[in-house]
Amino acid sequence: MKELNRRLFLKSSLAAGAVTGTGLLLPKAVLAKWPANAFHSSTPDEALEKLLGNAHPVESGAIKIKAPDIAENGAVVPVSVTSGISGTESISILSTGNPTPLLFSAKLGPGAKGFVSTRIKMAKTGKVVAVVKANGKVYQASKAVKVTIGGCGG
Amino acid sequence: MAKSSIKIRAKEKGGVVTLKTLITHPMESGLRKNKKTGKLIPAHFIEEVTCEANGKKVFVAEMSGGVSKNPYLSFKFTGAHKGDEVKLSWVDNQGGSDSATAKIR
Repeated sequence: MKELNRRLFLKSSLAAGAVTGTGLLLPKAVLAKWPANAFHSSTPDEALEKLLGNAHPVESGAIKIKAPDIAENGAVVPVSVTSGISGTESISILSTGNPTPLLFSAKLGPGAKGFVSTRIKMAKTGKVVAVVKANGKVYQASKAVKVTIGGCGG
Repeated sequence: MAKSSIKIRAKEKGGVVTLKTLITHPMESGLRKNKKTGKLIPAHFIEEVTCEANGKKVFVAEMSGGVSKNPYLSFKFTGAHKGDEVKLSWVDNQGGSDSATAKIR
């Protein structure tokens, strides 16, 4: 019985060590190499699974996406994402209609606010999805954008 | 000196620095065809943009060829003040890179 307790203690302390270990590794993860397999994925689910290890983020109203309802030029679609979730670690932007949906992923260092703005290409009408990782959880919000490539008006 | 590919505007207001940047880059996705020859144009895009303020990494953006040509990027951070220096650098998939610094105004 005593032996068993000792084993258990060893096991649990090892597990705790592993947890603090990953905590220490975080800064290194920020420096990690460009995640080619995530960026080359052909479906949003696959890209998220590879990038964040979670293909099914929780819908969150705290993420706001600013993008046009109708984009006249699919080559330049301005997108802004604001995350009101405290402890936001990363913000990724995907477009469901693109051959490789994952377009952009920002890792926020200490002091960075949950905000990013950029311009993306959209192959066709689809959803712009913003995925936020915060406190080890993954959240998302999306917005439909209609693309009229090379056309005027919509 | 060759003209830098990076333009930076960094402004501090109420302790929050808003940085806006424009980078000159073709951002070829590798999926587009040359209309004359029908051949695919090889991919050439920025993979990573890194921003440092006072020597500390505040923001790292990873991109694919799905970000528009001459990418625009804006973000906000705290912990830096007027007169501090920010450094922005990028690396592309063909090994190209550039960096620039600017003072926060």
